[in-house]
Order: sequence, then C-alpha cells, then structure tokens
Amino acid sequence: MDKTQVLLLLAAGLFSLGLAGVIIRRNVLVMLMCMELMLNGVNLSLVAFAHQLGEAVGAVLVFLVFVVATAEIAVAIPIVLLLVRRKRTLDLEAYADLKG
Amino acid sequence: MIETVLRNLDTVFLYAFALCAFASAALMLWLKEPMRVAMALISCMVFLGGVYGLLGVHFIAAFQVLIYVGAVMVFMVYAIMLLDPRDESMRVRWSHFLYPGTIGFVLLVEAFGAAFWNDLPGPPRGAAGATFGLEAFSKAFLSEYWLHFELTSVLLVAAVVAAIAVIKVNKGAGHG
Repeated sequence: MDKTQVLLLLAAGLFSLGLAGVIIRRNVLVMLMCMELMLNGVNLSLVAFAHQLGEAVGAVLVFLVFVVATAEIAVAIPIVLLLVRRKRTLDLEAYADLKG
Repeated sequence: MIETVLRNLDTVFLYAFALCAFASAALMLWLKEPMRVAMALISCMVFLGGVYGLLGVHFIAAFQVLIYVGAVMVFMVYAIMLLDPRDESMRVRWSHFLYPGTIGFVLLVEAFGAAFWNDLPGPPRGAAGATFGLEAFSKAFLSEYWLHFELTSVLLVAAVVAAIAVIKVNKGAGHG
C-alpha cells in the first residue's frame, strides 16, 4: 500500500470521525472540537497531495485552513460562553428554540 | 529483519504516528468529559505534527503545534475551565441523533474507503515526493497566491471584529 494512500485513508477517517462527533455528541464544546478534527483531516489530505506532487499550493491551502480554524474558534467560543450564560447548559438540545 | 526495520525507520514511525492519531481521534468520540476530549484532540494534533515532520514539511509541523496546540486548544481548555462541570451535558454522552449519525458515519467510511481503496492516487508525477522548504512556500504564498495571503489577513481582522462585537453585545445586554 502506497504511503499517500495510507495518509489519505487516515485523512478520510479523521474527517468521518469528526463529522460523526458533530452529529452524535451532545456537548457544544465537544462538537466544536470535532469540527477542529474535521479541519485536521482536510489538512492532512492537502499535505499528502502536496507531498506527492511536490508543489507548494497544498501548503498555501493548509495555511489558509489554519487561519480559518483560528478565526472559527475565536468567534465560536465567545458565542458558546454567551449561550451558556443565558441557559446555564452546554446541551445543544436546550437551544432548540433558536430554530425560530 | 531488524536491519530492514532500521532502514525504513521513518516509514515505521510515520505509520505509528498515523495509527496513534487515528486512535486518539476515535477516543474523542468515546470520552465523556470535555477536558479529556480536549486532551485526546491535542494528542491527535501532536501526532499529526509528527506525521507532517516525517513527510518533510517541517514548517507545517511547527505551525500545527504552535497554532493548533499552542493557541486554539489552549483557548478551548480555558473555555472548558470557565464552565460548570455539574452541567447535565458533561455527563450525558450522546445526542438524540446517535443511531442516524452512526449509520451515516458507516456509510461515509464505506464511500471514502471504496474511493481510496479502488482508485489508487496513481504514481507520483514530476518532482515526485520532492519536499519544499519554507523559502519555496513563502515565495509561492506571497507572489503566486497573494490573494490567499490577503484572504488570511481579512479573515483574521473579521474574527477580531466579530469577537469584539460579541463582547459588546454582551455588555449592552448586561446593562439593559
């Protein structure tokens, strides 16, 4: 089995585990961490392709994903803290009334 | 036997790191307390940094540890410490979507597995497996992909403005 293939399988596995975590976990912070895991899976696939093709474009996209992840956390954590201040729970089911 | 292993030591380490990263990611789904999930995610990211280092992209490995573990996860750990551990959601693990989510997960894994198992990525083209250093990356980033560079700065500014706006909204609600 090729090295790139193993890395792509790992990337797909990380992405799937992250997606499953976002769906099946109850805690908002755990869901956020699972989203980070999905971004890590994408990063790994980009690095694997960049390594295989020997081009820098993959690394540029990885850098972009780093920034997106940082910005996401910087905005998401204050929102989570505000939500918790209102209802005193991290359970996402309690915020079902936000559906409108 | 031992000589073969020693000759391919970097490949052995690569597979070991990959396995450990996957194991910590799987552990994230199972562990109950958010702090333990955060620790599992941190170990997963550190192992991925090891994978990047073994692939030869050392600056991405450094960024992975510096930005993800050093900034994002430290922020996350602080947020966990701010919150109430007696909260119901810290003790109940699964949401109501456990069974549909698990079925979807299995289907997704099957689709990905079939895609990567049957269609090989193909033999490396051109400069196969050639590593590129920080210099090549910086040149490409600042000349050819300048739009992405500008996009990162715009994203960071937007994140800062949004975080400040969230705090301002909170203050207004507190006074009113």
